Amino acid sequence: WNFLPIIYLVGSVTFIIGLKMLSHPATARKGNLIAAGGMTLAILGTIFLYRHNGERLHNYGWIFAGLLIGGVIGVLAARKVKMTAMPEMVSLFNGMGGACAALISVVEFNHMISVPPEGGIISTVIKAITDTGPASLSGRTLIILLGLIIGTVSFAGSMIAWGKLNGRIRDFAFRGQHIVNLLVLGVSVVAAAYLVAAIDNHVQPELSAGLELRLQADGIVRWLFYLVLLLSVVYGVLFVMPIGGADMPVVISLLNSFTGVAAACGGFLYNNPVMLTGGILVGSAGTILTILMCRAMNRSLKNVLIGSFGGAKTGVA
Amino acid sequence: MIASLLSFIQQHLELIYIVILSVFLGIEVISRVPSVLHTPLMSGANAIHGVVIIGAIIVMGEAPADNYLALVLGFLAVILGTLNVVGGFVVTDRMLEMFKSKSQNPNSKSQTAKSK
Repeated sequence: WNFLPIIYLVGSVTFIIGLKMLSHPATARKGNLIAAGGMTLAILGTIFLYRHNGERLHNYGWIFAGLLIGGVIGVLAARKVKMTAMPEMVSLFNGMGGACAALISVVEFNHMISVPPEGGIISTVIKAITDTGPASLSGRTLIILLGLIIGTVSFAGSMIAWGKLNGRIRDFAFRGQHIVNLLVLGVSVVAAAYLVAAIDNHVQPELSAGLELRLQADGIVRWLFYLVLLLSVVYGVLFVMPIGGADMPVVISLLNSFTGVAAACGGFLYNNPVMLTGGILVGSAGTILTILMCRAMNRSLKNVLIGSFGGAKTGVA
Repeated sequence: MIASLLSFIQQHLELIYIVILSVFLGIEVISRVPSVLHTPLMSGANAIHGVVIIGAIIVMGEAPADNYLALVLGFLAVILGTLNVVGGFVVTDRMLEMFKSKSQNPNSKSQTAKSK
């Protein structure tokens, strides 16, 4: 009997209750603590109770060292920061979450296409397939790429937003930047689609023929994957660069909901309901919050995101 | 490719139901937030998406001992994810602490009473 699903259920419920309580002044602080409690429970449950094909996790030393380092730095940074500098701190932590999601995608991708030494059965790929059936590979690739793109954009954008709020980076825009932005995004989407198709084409026929799996496209597939990563960084930077400093809270809120969606991709990857609910809740609540923030500032989201280009144009002219 | 993506959806139908319901739930849950709480709520939501740390722990815990790329990237992911979770909740708590000391004076207390 495994308690982990029940722990995940409790975690998901605390996130919902926490968000609900966070939106009322009287209960907000308690709501934050409840969500934090649920998170702690979910993390401890994963460390000690997680099983994959009957195997438990290993590398406990690394896991606890990482938790300790991140925890100590996180507490110190959050306690030392001045009240006025809190929005930029939120942006920084949001970027860390995005980077975390992107790193998960990088490791899982390499895991998926890894080709072990000659002669052996390609155990890793086989394992991934026997979990949910052959068709899962292209779906899995799609989810990995989604997590990579959204997480990386959120990371790069948050870093720029952080730099802008503490005055290290100034607004920067050039003529026709929105065309360049769309181009960068378009190319990375096409590359990602090609990757999914390539993995689908290479794996399916060989699998149905009952042959040993082997991704012959290893070289180009890997190259394309890192191209998507690079383009996502560029897009994240270009996306936030032209937006004025006063609009930064809105942008951070938007990037916050991006990271939520990236986290939810992990939920699909690991069939993990708590990652899914946590991520999607933040994704949808964050989007609505972004719109509400715009409304409170008497602006429209469209103006914040696109109006900046107009402003840059008049600046040039 | 379409066929295999469709069967991916069928295999994950339960998760897709959760996604759709969560989207509407997220919208409902915060739709009446007063504007003073915008920043703390953003910060709280920021901490909650730190749940991505679970993925990082799984990546780290499943990395083979001889795969240094996976070990290093997984380790980095655990650190970054923990920063997101711990830093996020602590910053939110500090923001709300500020709030509480404000609402302890009688004026704003009557305001919260009114809003109820």
